[in-house]
Amino acid sequence: MALDDTKKTREFKVVGTRPDRPDGIDKVTGRARFGADMVAPGMLTGRILRSPHAHARIVRIDTSKAEALSGVKAVVTRADFGEVPEDVADVLDNCMAGDKALYDGHAVAAVAASSPAVARKALKLIEVEYEVLPHVTDVDAAIKPDAPVLHEGRQQETVPEGLSQNVIARSEFGHGDIEAGLKQADRVVGRTYRTAATHQGYIEPHACLATMGSDGRADLWVCTQGHYMVRNTCAAILGMEQGQLRVTASEIGGGFGGKTVVFLEPVALMLAKKAGRPVKMVMSRSEVLRATGPTSSTSIDVKIGMTKDGRITAGFAELRYQGGAYPGSPVDMGAMSGFAPYDLENVKTVGWDVVANRPKAAAYRAPGAPMAAFAIESAIDEAAKGFGLDPLEVRLMNGADEGTKASYGPTYPAIGLKATLEAAKSHPHWSAPLGENQGRGVACGFWFNFGGDTCVSLNITPDGTVTVSEGNPDIGGSRASMTMMAAEELGIPYDQVRTIIADTGSLGQNEVTDGSRVTFAVGLATIKAAEAAKTEMCRRAAMVWGIDEEAVEWEDGAARPAGPNAGKFPPMTLKEIAAIASNTGGPIAGHHEVNAEGAGVSFATHMVDVELDRDTGSTKILRYTVFQDAGKAVHPSYVEGQFQGGAVQGIGWALNEEYIYGDDGILQNAGFLDYRIPVASDLPMIDTVILEIPNPGHPYGVRGVGETSIVPPLAAIANAVSEAAGVRMTQLPMSPPRVLAGLQGKASA
Amino acid sequence: MVEVLLWGSLADQAEGARKVEVEAATLRELLDGLGEKFPGLRPELERGVSVSIDGRVYNDSWFQPIAEDSEVVLLKRLKGG
Repeated sequence: MALDDTKKTREFKVVGTRPDRPDGIDKVTGRARFGADMVAPGMLTGRILRSPHAHARIVRIDTSKAEALSGVKAVVTRADFGEVPEDVADVLDNCMAGDKALYDGHAVAAVAASSPAVARKALKLIEVEYEVLPHVTDVDAAIKPDAPVLHEGRQQETVPEGLSQNVIARSEFGHGDIEAGLKQADRVVGRTYRTAATHQGYIEPHACLATMGSDGRADLWVCTQGHYMVRNTCAAILGMEQGQLRVTASEIGGGFGGKTVVFLEPVALMLAKKAGRPVKMVMSRSEVLRATGPTSSTSIDVKIGMTKDGRITAGFAELRYQGGAYPGSPVDMGAMSGFAPYDLENVKTVGWDVVANRPKAAAYRAPGAPMAAFAIESAIDEAAKGFGLDPLEVRLMNGADEGTKASYGPTYPAIGLKATLEAAKSHPHWSAPLGENQGRGVACGFWFNFGGDTCVSLNITPDGTVTVSEGNPDIGGSRASMTMMAAEELGIPYDQVRTIIADTGSLGQNEVTDGSRVTFAVGLATIKAAEAAKTEMCRRAAMVWGIDEEAVEWEDGAARPAGPNAGKFPPMTLKEIAAIASNTGGPIAGHHEVNAEGAGVSFATHMVDVELDRDTGSTKILRYTVFQDAGKAVHPSYVEGQFQGGAVQGIGWALNEEYIYGDDGILQNAGFLDYRIPVASDLPMIDTVILEIPNPGHPYGVRGVGETSIVPPLAAIANAVSEAAGVRMTQLPMSPPRVLAGLQGKASA
Repeated sequence: MVEVLLWGSLADQAEGARKVEVEAATLRELLDGLGEKFPGLRPELERGVSVSIDGRVYNDSWFQPIAEDSEVVLLKRLKGG
């Protein structure tokens, strides 16, 4: 889209208001249909058999006893899948193990049976002979030359010779001269930071219902962030044409990046194909934690050089991320984003992508960035406080602005980092007094955001109401946002528009709901679709009035004659034009298809107060404020919700959440009783301040807001806890035992 | 000619150059030109990259115009959650 499409000065009538959410009643009354709510006549229950070993060669699988059990209609192993294209080979291997089981919980077989009880019994009858292999789950252990190797020959050309085969890729970013910069510093802070793997923690487990006819045509109902991705991936794995597989997205009970890949879906389709009956699969919570995407655990070395007046002279970070059993950790994103909030002459980051015997890491909100921000923002905080400097002032002094050359390469256009810092500085939270054993922390965060393939169809019904069809599951309020943008553009009330999520047969290709892209990209397409419909409605009015269509304009929900020679005609409203559509050429619609490039980056600053119990090491979040640039907040309540949700997930990541593996490589806490996510009673109300620095790449100035809010919390909370404890916390989660150890040792913990 | 900034480890595959020049007026010509001029870059290009043109990021739009004085930065393929 051209830059001049941006309407920089616009008075909004609908955008920026807070109408009721369109899915609210359905969700509070139970009418909304989530993945596990789908049913079909003759439906079977599908179940997965999972590896009890962290690393094992699969010597033999005997399914004959299971197949002989009454009620079992199909059994699937990897042998049922043929050769698949290279780009989905790891995806299939993760859904159904081939030669080796690569982590505790890795799928090795599946059954479809007439009831859950029969399915469970059948799983017990499948005999799997394993040759148990040495395993490695820790990122630093996995890179050692003598570490057990998961894959041979997967290293990229970027990796120097002599490193473990578990080191898959190396990347490096930055500019300037780090050594020269460090020499200019009055103080250098250098530490190693570690973060644990955490799960996205969505409330709804993965679920799907698959059918496949004898003609090879299939339907899939699924809980996902991207049903077009599900269609394309499953079609490739099953050797189908994409047009023969129709996928419908259910309501989604959270995803946060974790539902941007497939786990059950190809298996369900294969079971349905073999059984000739619909197959429904629903994961248990334990399966979700053992076998779906947590984020990486990391180990990060940071060096910050700073002058005594607070100028950062050099920033260096070496980041090691294990991404689970397959290549592709988000270390690149961490290495590119960690120093992005700052204007630095000398900056360098090195990222290492490492595999280990854990479930393959999936995206988790700003994938890779929160861990890098934790390490770098902690080091900046320590350097600033070491000189007795105000950490907000130091960030303002070094903060990136329009024209800054970003640490990852490009020169920034107009950005909002300093606006968030100024807002934080002037907020009452910053000057509020702290009590005994309390600490306050601040940190900044950055995320790229992106756009991608997007389709929207907007239809005018005969009575003049409007339906918008989009292809992205509504994970954060997009139905409300699209409804508002359509209403804004058409000049009609919000309640005259309904937005639905169409199936894969109804629209062209749509990118997954990720990258904070939907309000930006689908919003852009919705506005363009509405513009197309307006143009057509002006043309119809011109026909009725007998004037040139160029002499008609759209204003306040109606076509109006415009210009000196247009003549005098009363405005024709959208409803009036819709009512005579059959008489003027037929139904009226607008649609728009685009690869929406040009998303704007976004920044946030978080501020948090914590209180420490010195006897137990436990911490309590007392106050939390988020300051973030939204470009333009279409529905401010949803934007605030995104800010609050990111902060809360960050609180869990910082204080409690952790994948705990035993020496045997088995996950020890695969349930919400032992994997501790924050609940409402753990939290204060999260305060929010929305900044609006328009994105020039969007007609209304919208930037994505869904991911940036999880980038700063880890560091902000670590800085607060470190201040309260009087000891620098360098490892997450800062659980009570770890904080207590820090207090007792009075050294970094 | 368009000047392209490469990230550090990619420069290793381009004979050590952090900045390279390519004859290109569109994104497609840029990527094709980089692969032809520096075969060592091809594996990374095939894995997928993002390109920043004057501060705005593009992924797949082959015919996105690039002016001779544009700031062009090759980026790792952006991923989101």
